[in-house]
Amino acid sequence: MTASPFLRPPWDNLNRQHQAVSLGMWIFLVSEILLFAGLFAGYGVYRHLYPASFAKASAQTDIVFGTVNTAILMTSSLSIALAGGLARARLPRLAWYCLLATLVLGAAFLVVKGFEYREDIDKHLFPGPQFALGGTGPALFFSFYWIMTGVHAAHVSGGLAAIARLLIASRNEPAWLSGGGSEEATALYWHLVDVIWIVLYPLLYLNGRTHG
Amino acid sequence: MTGMRLSLPEASGNARLVDTAFFTVFGIAAVIFVALFILLVVFSIRYRRGTRARRGPLPSLLRREIEIGWTTATTFVAIFIFWWFVGGFTLPPRAAPNQLEIHVVAKQWMWKAEHPDGAREIDALHLPVNTPIRLVMTSEDVIHSFFVPAFRLKQDVLPARSEVLAFTPTRIGDFHLFCAEFCGTQHSRMTGDIVVMTQPDYAGWVRRQPHGDNLVRQGEALFAKFGCGACHAPESQVHAPKLAGLYGTRVTLADGRRLTADDAYLRNAILHPRDGTVAGYAPIMPDYAGVAGPADIDALIAYLKSQSGLKSQSGLKSQSSPKSQSSPKSQSSPQADR
Amino acid sequence: MTDAALPARPVPDYLHHGHTIWSWLSTTDHKRIGILFAVSITLFFTIGAVAIAVVRLELLTPAGDLVSDDTYNKLFTLHGIVMVWFFLVPSIPVTFGNFLLPLMIGAKDLAFPRINLLSWYLYLGGAAFTVATIIAGGVDTGWTFYTPYSTMFSNGAVLTAVAGVIVVGFSSVMTGVNFIATTHMLRAPGMTWFRLPLFVWAMYATSLVMVLATPVLAMTLLLIMAERWFELPIFDPSRGGDPLLFQHLFWFYSHPAVYIMVLPAMGVASEIIACFARRRLFGYAFMVYALIGIAVIGFFVWGHHMFVSGQSPYANVVFSFLSFMVAVPSAIKVFNWTATLYRGSIVFTAPMLYAFSFLGLFTIGGLTGLFLATVPIDIHVTDTYFVVAHFHYIMVGASVSAFFGGLHFWWPKITGRLYPELWARFAAVLMFFGFNLTFFPQFVMGYLGMPRRYHVYPPEFQVYHVLSTGGAALLGGAYLMPLAYLVWSLFYGRRAGANPWEAQGLEWQAPSPPPHDNFLTPPRVGDPYDYHPPEGPAALMDDAA
Ligand code: HEA
Ligand code: HEA
Ligand code: HEC
Ligand code: CUA
Ligand SMILES: [Cu+2]
Repeated sequence: MTASPFLRPPWDNLNRQHQAVSLGMWIFLVSEILLFAGLFAGYGVYRHLYPASFAKASAQTDIVFGTVNTAILMTSSLSIALAGGLARARLPRLAWYCLLATLVLGAAFLVVKGFEYREDIDKHLFPGPQFALGGTGPALFFSFYWIMTGVHAAHVSGGLAAIARLLIASRNEPAWLSGGGSEEATALYWHLVDVIWIVLYPLLYLNGRTHG
Repeated sequence: MTGMRLSLPEASGNARLVDTAFFTVFGIAAVIFVALFILLVVFSIRYRRGTRARRGPLPSLLRREIEIGWTTATTFVAIFIFWWFVGGFTLPPRAAPNQLEIHVVAKQWMWKAEHPDGAREIDALHLPVNTPIRLVMTSEDVIHSFFVPAFRLKQDVLPARSEVLAFTPTRIGDFHLFCAEFCGTQHSRMTGDIVVMTQPDYAGWVRRQPHGDNLVRQGEALFAKFGCGACHAPESQVHAPKLAGLYGTRVTLADGRRLTADDAYLRNAILHPRDGTVAGYAPIMPDYAGVAGPADIDALIAYLKSQSGLKSQSGLKSQSSPKSQSSPKSQSSPQADR
Repeated sequence: MTDAALPARPVPDYLHHGHTIWSWLSTTDHKRIGILFAVSITLFFTIGAVAIAVVRLELLTPAGDLVSDDTYNKLFTLHGIVMVWFFLVPSIPVTFGNFLLPLMIGAKDLAFPRINLLSWYLYLGGAAFTVATIIAGGVDTGWTFYTPYSTMFSNGAVLTAVAGVIVVGFSSVMTGVNFIATTHMLRAPGMTWFRLPLFVWAMYATSLVMVLATPVLAMTLLLIMAERWFELPIFDPSRGGDPLLFQHLFWFYSHPAVYIMVLPAMGVASEIIACFARRRLFGYAFMVYALIGIAVIGFFVWGHHMFVSGQSPYANVVFSFLSFMVAVPSAIKVFNWTATLYRGSIVFTAPMLYAFSFLGLFTIGGLTGLFLATVPIDIHVTDTYFVVAHFHYIMVGASVSAFFGGLHFWWPKITGRLYPELWARFAAVLMFFGFNLTFFPQFVMGYLGMPRRYHVYPPEFQVYHVLSTGGAALLGGAYLMPLAYLVWSLFYGRRAGANPWEAQGLEWQAPSPPPHDNFLTPPRVGDPYDYHPPEGPAALMDDAA
């Protein structure tokens, strides 16, 4: 069996390398979940201490931007999963375009986020001297709002970089999409970024808009 | 090398229990350590290379029995130490009837204490012996820690919170007071003297102190200064809760939570009322955070408590407050946030 | 025992597989990365040691007459940060773990060699931030960064210090990911999980903790940066924040971190004790479950650092009970190490002396942990030198002894040279006495009420401090000796064969030092501790000097 270009030392079997790469990514994903767990813990403690003002504050976030972004990210998760499936089904061209769609959707997410941040700043929703809402609870909510969405946006950017690298590499060497496991790892990472947002969405946008 | 310290006096009620716990655990640990040490030495001598001691594998059944044996033994010893020394000790301090309540404020890099009748001192704390003491402590900046080695007691002092330390000094003399939680540049200079005196000496000392306003009268003045009366005075037209009799009662908030109005509740009600409005009232009370300092809050709380029939009593008959005053059972737990 | 017949053209060992600086800086060979890490952590140990040398000299006198209050606070903070995150957390995993894990399981390298190199560069990134912190005037918050002091009152270089710890944190997450994937995927055929040497199990358990605990620290420190930079009220008590939340998040990482610092030492001790007692390790399975037990229960005991912090008395009782439970697996390990000596054929080489000192000092350090887990005792001794003594007994007494034991045990494999045995034994004994003289007095003055982090102290504690500083000087000297004779042995030490100690374990089937791809012939996998032949080779033990 001729050594495939993706085979890297110390592996001598592409399948084993592929499994190792995805195992490694799964372990890294666990550490990422623990990273966000620290934030969710802090958010949870303060929401328990100040339930009323957390609800009032999160009602100030823009539900339209939040919902649109949720839709965008979930679609991008679908497209990257399709890309993997198509690549395994030996349709590299189609797979490449699905991957491109993921990149575009991811970028769109950041753009929408940018507009949302601008609006938030205009509405003085950044805790500071001219913070729009009084009391301590709202300032704490928005501290977590900015940090959680900021750290998440950083992860989105990291994911986009990985997808872009994959797109460039597989443009003339389609085997990259099913080769040594880097495609699957990138997809796994992107799914995590999506799942984290799916948890952030209710915490930041739906809270305070449910019962009356 | 002046007077090297070789022992620590037991100067409070619970010091004896802490020393007993220490030397018992020390005993158990020493027995285990010496046993292991002896085994180590015996094996090292008997089975060093070249001796004609019997060698060869151990029967595996024997190995498993030993393994399970010492695992359960260790677990039992661990649970025993825990049950014996940790079980009953850690209940929150209940307010003893004739307790002397002293307000302590920790501030970068000094200790301020205020006795119930207005006697004040800095970096020192005079106490009557054999009298239950209740320190209500708060910090004006960072976390400090009130540590008296001779009492075997320590309690962190946190900003915007009141922590309670209850004990009874049992020995007359001067003892070290240290700050034990790192609080900045002069952490190691934030020390003081605990002076435990006979009860008559203490009463005499208190009388000799310059009588600043006592806490309750200070609170009353601040109550007027901050315009609380504008809304809370009985004759005010503003729809605001009656504060007399509030301390120690259960309060229902607009979001349905029911809390006990203790020190921490009153503190938050004054500093951040917008974090939880009393049911049935408009959220019109302003935040006093940044307006009223920790010392002001202490005074206001003392005043509000005095409005609830709870004389902030001192343990001595010679004080004006009649002893027979029955005080509502105030279960103060430091965490009851709004 | 003559070496296996060497192939016609001798394969160069990993040290001579490329000579340029670039071949080292861009290497993906786990053995070279181990060496690069060894040099880096030795440098940072020196920085930490010099910082505490000045502290110890200052503490010779009750008055603060050597350095200012502020400098003292910055010195012990630097000592804590550098020693924990830039020396002891990486120490055994990144040096012996990197070098030996692939060799011990019969693999050519770790699962992700390039990520392994990234791990070293992340360490350098964190180190750069820490050096920048020193240059910027230092940080004075203690290694615990308690709020609101660290967020609102300290004007030291908190941001760069915290950034350094976050970056080096990702370095250890990467190492953890690499070790776990390697242990799962690259074991030689026949190397089942229960034929793994206990050192590999120790690396596995440590990696689990590194991967799961470190991210929480990274986020907690990020919150400090956010609060300081954007003045957010996260931990600001006057704006509704809760400083206790910071302590909970910090200690949720920092207790598991202390097991990151001791589990590798336990792995090294198991290998050394089995080899020089010539005995199969007593209760191999229990030793494995104990390692995993410590790693898992270690995540539930963090509250024992907060008994007087103002957390509820009920939390104190729960964390106290769990802290007693986490001690049981350690007890099992201590008993099993001792039982391994029974019917052994013990030889007191330098590694064995270090292993004995590990065993004794870990037991004392661990038992004093039980004192601290007893709430009424801890209320008295927390934040005093009793706690400082507790953690130095384990971190310096146990872990650093095991580090030096491993250094001597695998020195022939790493460098192909034998160290001077008599000098090494002398250094081990000197280190043991220097250590005890430094830290045993701290137990006594701690119980008598001497607070920690104190620049000035009442004169009644001066005798204890003088003893401790004297011990530190002895200890400092003892650390310098291995540095000297090990470097000497690189040039003049006797050449070591593939297996100078007649030890079990696949790494001893590779040449010393091993070639780039570790094994010339595929290693024979068998029982990792098949030490029953009563007599080790007579030739080896006596004239190894
Ligand atoms: C390598 C590091 C290491 C290790 C392994 C441990 C192990 C343990 N530690 Fe320690 N500890 C630290 C490093 C470590 N610690 C540090 C750095 C701090 C202070 C941080 C700071 O404040 O700056 C600290 C502080 C600390 C505290 C808080 C003190 C305070 O600040 O108030 C407590 C309290 O419970 C504690 C307990 C324990 C216990 C129960 C164990 C157990 O795991 C020990 C178990 C081992 C044994 C028990 C010995 C072997 C057993 C036997 C021989 C059989 C007999 C046993 C039984 C009967 C159970 N440690
Ligand atoms: C993690 C690993 C680790 C290691 C390896 C060490 C190693 C040492 N530690 Fe440290 N230590 C910590 C972790 C560690 N420490 C932590 C986490 C803290 C808490 C920090 C905080 O509170 O925030 C601490 C705090 C600490 C204190 C308390 C400071 C205080 O509270 O004010 C002391 C005091 O003696 C001390 C001593 C030592 C000594 C003597 C060594 C020795 O092993 C090092 C070797 C010593 C030397 C090599 C120098 C000695 C030489 C001389 C004294 C001779 C004269 C000097 C010269 C001529 C230069 N350490
Ligand atoms: C603008 C009018 C106003 C002023 C001035 C004001 N209060 Fe209030 N206060 C209220 C109202 C209305 C409530 C009930 C709604 C709420 O909890 O915010 C209240 C609630 C409280 C409570 C909680 C009562 C309960 O039953 O739980 C306390 C205690 C209190 N105030 C004390 C003070 C103090 C002390 C001051 C002065 C420093 C002060 N108030 C000034 C209007 C006022
Ligand atoms: Cu106040 Cu240390
Ligand atoms: Cu701990």
